[in-house]
Amino acid sequence: MRLLVVEDDEILLDGLKVGLQMCGFTVDAVTSIADADAAIKADRFDAVILDLMLPDGSGLDVLARMRRSGDRTPVLLLTAKDEVADRIGGLDSGADDYLGKPFDLDEVGARLRAIVRRGHGRAKGLLEWKDVSLDPARMSASRSGTAISLSRREFVILQALMEAPGVILSRSTLEEKLYGWQEEIESNTVEVHVHKLRTKLGTSFIETVRGAGYRLRASP
Amino acid sequence: MNSIRVRLFAILLATTGTVWLFAAVWIYASTQAEVERVLDARLMEAARMVSSLITDHQIDPAAAASAATASVPPAPFEQAGGSYSRQLSCQIWSLQGSLVSRSESAPATSLASHTNGFEETEIDGERWRVYAVVNPSLGVRVLVGDSLEIRERLIGDVIKGLLVPGIAILPVLAALIWLSVGGGLAPLTRIAEGLASRSASELHPVDAGSAPREVRPVIRALNSLFGRVADARDRERSFTAYAAHELKTPLAGLKTQAQIALRTDDPAVQRDALARISTSVDRTSRMVRQLIDLAAVDASQDVPSAESVDIAALVGEIASELETLLTANNVRVAVELPNQTQQQPLIQGNRILVRLVIRNLMENAVQHSPSGGEVRCLIHLRESEAVVDILDQGAGFPVAEENRVTERFFRGSKPQGQGSGLGLSIVQMALDRLGGSLAFERGGRGFAARASFPL
Repeated sequence: MRLLVVEDDEILLDGLKVGLQMCGFTVDAVTSIADADAAIKADRFDAVILDLMLPDGSGLDVLARMRRSGDRTPVLLLTAKDEVADRIGGLDSGADDYLGKPFDLDEVGARLRAIVRRGHGRAKGLLEWKDVSLDPARMSASRSGTAISLSRREFVILQALMEAPGVILSRSTLEEKLYGWQEEIESNTVEVHVHKLRTKLGTSFIETVRGAGYRLRASP
Repeated sequence: MNSIRVRLFAILLATTGTVWLFAAVWIYASTQAEVERVLDARLMEAARMVSSLITDHQIDPAAAASAATASVPPAPFEQAGGSYSRQLSCQIWSLQGSLVSRSESAPATSLASHTNGFEETEIDGERWRVYAVVNPSLGVRVLVGDSLEIRERLIGDVIKGLLVPGIAILPVLAALIWLSVGGGLAPLTRIAEGLASRSASELHPVDAGSAPREVRPVIRALNSLFGRVADARDRERSFTAYAAHELKTPLAGLKTQAQIALRTDDPAVQRDALARISTSVDRTSRMVRQLIDLAAVDASQDVPSAESVDIAALVGEIASELETLLTANNVRVAVELPNQTQQQPLIQGNRILVRLVIRNLMENAVQHSPSGGEVRCLIHLRESEAVVDILDQGAGFPVAEENRVTERFFRGSKPQGQGSGLGLSIVQMALDRLGGSLAFERGGRGFAARASFPL
């Protein structure tokens, strides 16, 4: 899952970035409203973590602009002000969830997964397709009840495919989910990881749609 | 005497008593004069009456002497004291010196030796006031006298009749004064009870409308104090809330980095996280220190401590305090003093405030200097102020933000480094207290903050 974190405190921003990467997220980080607006316009994110008090204004403005332009990306608000009125204001402005500082990294991860899941219309945390099930919270996968060991990148690709079963995801879409801005995209990585996934899950699990991308195969 | 009631009581009782005493003395004096006048007139009249009675030879002198003493009805006096009988004594003497006749109550010896008019004499220890009249045709002298003691007793009785009820009433009067003063002070008691039953947060004004006019100034002063206290409390509360919020962000950063350090297997990531924790602790400590400074400036409002502060020495002190920061940022500090011929830059003011101004400006300058840069401190004197210019080679803040930089927690829209947003608010507040001013300047070589202190 690719996230945008908007936070002006350098150390907290770095902590969120590194910590959420450890939880299996791909994280991009910006420190101001101007940068956040630009990033949201330029890229697609699975979720946005938004600090309320930013040097050039309120995070709520970013949220309002997103919602006005029809952007339904789930938003998790982070703020030092955790009065009830602030929480209500944030949620009513279109935020999906709210977390007061200081917070626990695992809780941030869990809430992010929850709002993304709800965005996809799923109630269960576990992703399932045929005999494969994926647990994003534990970054674990199993096939017919037997655990399969996956690398972080393999996991990200499989999660993206399983979150939208049957939908074709292009190579660049998958690359976006794999790499943040600062990371160098290696050529052929997606092909390499899909190949590795096929050896672990069976050759027919992921289907290549020529010229379009990849999807989970519906028929056996 | 700290009780208004006791005080008023004592004053009222003393003044009432004094007025009473004056009245008694006055009445005594006027009664005495009046009694003397009336009784003297009676003496005179009685003497002339006797003289005229015997002149006509209608009445023999002995009878006349008795008649004179009987001419005053003794009944009312007897009723009063039982000792006002036989007031007048009459003697008729021949001019040769033999007693012709005397009234029953008169002594056998001569009441007086004079021939005419009034005289006071003493016979057998008894004092008399005697009127003498000479009847030349008969060759006799008529003496009519009355006892001075009886006169004095009469006056004494009048005064006693006045004083006794007065003294008897005094305790009643005292009690009435005590109760009246209490009643008069009841509005004060009501206000005091109202105030006493308030909790610490009830700072609404006391209703001055229903209070007596005399108490209203006190109530107005009290209400104005309440207003100021409430303002200060509000300021404090919002500041505390704001400060707590501001501390939550670095805490969130610390916690996140700590969690990373705990769960990562990569020693490089762990080192990184720990280094950031250390940095964050430093920054947060600075922020806490500045919060304390801000509270100190806030509190200094009431302490008009004016001492002589040697700015040059203070700048040197602060520069050495900032040694660690200077080394970390690779910045030098150069202090330029006024010419030796000029007087020493001494200013009058609270040393703590002056120090806060200079220290925060210098810290800012150092933090916004490029590595290898230099911060210059120029101290010079003007007519009525000492000016400290602190120049750095950084860009300063955008001109558009100049009005907002002294706001608490304002960090600028493009924060460089990690300030708390408190430094310049402390500087501005301290300068306000000192009566100084703060200005900024951008030149070709960098950015300058100018603090002016009144001399």
